[in-house]
Amino acid sequence: MSENIFTSTAYNQRLGEHTLMGTRCSSCGAVHLPPRPICPHCLSETAEWVQFSGKGKVAAFTSIYIAPTAMIAEGFSRTNPYCSAVVQLVEGPMISAQILGVDASHPETIRVGLPVEAAFIERGEGEQKRTFLAFQVVG
Amino acid sequence: MPVKKLGRGVALVGAGMSKFGAFPGKNGRDLFVEAFTEMHQSVDKGFDPHEIEAVYIGNYSSDLFEGQGHTAPILTDWIGLTPRPAVRIEDACASGGAALRQGLIAVASGLYDMVLVGGVEKMTDLPTERVTDTLATAADVVYEIPAGFTFPGFYAAMATAYMDRYGCPVEAFLQVGLKNHAHGALNEKAQFGQTIADIMEARKKSAAKKGLPAPTWANEMEFLCDPKANPMIAWPLRLYDCSPISDGAAAVLLVAEELARRFTDAPLYVTGTGQASDGALHDRSTLTAIPSAQKAAQDAYAMAGVKSADIDVVEVHDCFTAAEIIATEDLGFFAPGEGWRAAGAGSTTRGGSRPINTSGGLKSKGHPVGASGVGQVIEVWKQLRGQAGTRQLPGNLRLGLTHNVGGTGQTCTVHIFERR
Repeated sequence: MSENIFTSTAYNQRLGEHTLMGTRCSSCGAVHLPPRPICPHCLSETAEWVQFSGKGKVAAFTSIYIAPTAMIAEGFSRTNPYCSAVVQLVEGPMISAQILGVDASHPETIRVGLPVEAAFIERGEGEQKRTFLAFQVVG
Repeated sequence: MPVKKLGRGVALVGAGMSKFGAFPGKNGRDLFVEAFTEMHQSVDKGFDPHEIEAVYIGNYSSDLFEGQGHTAPILTDWIGLTPRPAVRIEDACASGGAALRQGLIAVASGLYDMVLVGGVEKMTDLPTERVTDTLATAADVVYEIPAGFTFPGFYAAMATAYMDRYGCPVEAFLQVGLKNHAHGALNEKAQFGQTIADIMEARKKSAAKKGLPAPTWANEMEFLCDPKANPMIAWPLRLYDCSPISDGAAAVLLVAEELARRFTDAPLYVTGTGQASDGALHDRSTLTAIPSAQKAAQDAYAMAGVKSADIDVVEVHDCFTAAEIIATEDLGFFAPGEGWRAAGAGSTTRGGSRPINTSGGLKSKGHPVGASGVGQVIEVWKQLRGQAGTRQLPGNLRLGLTHNVGGTGQTCTVHIFERR
């Protein structure tokens, strides 16, 4: 039995190095983000790491006014909303992330299709320090 | 693929529910006892609960909501039915529908002749932010939740994708809430027994009592667009686009088809079941439909040998108003992109051509998550048997459908019921 190296821990370590890594299926060539040890298209159990460009566009978004506790701890609130989105990368796959550089208090100004590129947010201190994927509006 | 068939026919011969709402001092088992008792009374010719051979409980998270795991044997004990096998089924907000399906399969297999299916959730003991966190665990906590998403947020994102693709205005969602509140006002079990107009009137009275200036909404739509009256939760969804945090339970009795007439002369037959799974929202081929709902519906229609147009009574999973519009398309009642127009035109009201959620739906009736999928069956039971009182739909109703979604569509169950 081969050891699964395409874990969320490995993905998050790469995020910590500010690189966005997924997998390419060795059998059918499909690319996946986040990394997938088993290809959902052809069920091949062999894959390789592939780096994503980080470029994409907003496919769906929202401005969140009633935040979960983790985001309340980051200072977000009813009067300070933030934008979360599903982003479609130029390589094809979609991923969930916070969007930076938009006016979340005026969500009517945010549009599906906005071009974005990967950004990385550091949160927490010491042992708790972690890198979160985000996207920054381009231009 | 050949159409899947049940091993033998299964009938629904009893159905009951607690009132849905916020009930301080009542826990999950108290509510389940209320649902069970009403179900017992609903069996026209009576029955001895000792005949029940197994218990299937839909429950999302008694662990986090009540600090109580291992719920099914406790509930079974509280209705006096140990040592019968009792199992809890968890598929997030589709737990009730999934439990119904497991009970159905158990009877269809021939293993049991009679099973009890229950759904229960006690949510209101936790503060809102902890309820939000608990519901969020139904998403992918590794790859979705770090983006800051909440459940209203996920459905709001689907709503923005839908608006962008089909030119749907925000007001279309508000119309769904308005309609479901109007329906729920006729349901004595609903958490909100009030129309939006009733709520506006109550707000005006409350302002007058406090000596504050009277609000000046000209109509319901002005009220729903007022950010003070209807605050934003996750753009474009506001408070009245979201189902509430609820306590509640529901219970139904399933028996082998050949035994049905022993219990009632008006049984319903469960002729179609479908269930499908899916990955995270970002891992789908579309954001403007729920593929698991389309697949579950397709399988249920095929098993029952019916089409969407044949269905008379429909309860869909309107956890958010936008979800109802998408559901009506996934189930084939309207073409993709047409659901919002149908809702705006009034087609989905009680008097419309395709009534949806005559119970008030999750929006108005309440959404005790693990109970919701079973609660939907109670409305179909009442409508098809002509027992829905002031909200009874007219005509010769023969077929009912329930649609129960878990998460953003990681699970969906669809069931079809027939009166013969």
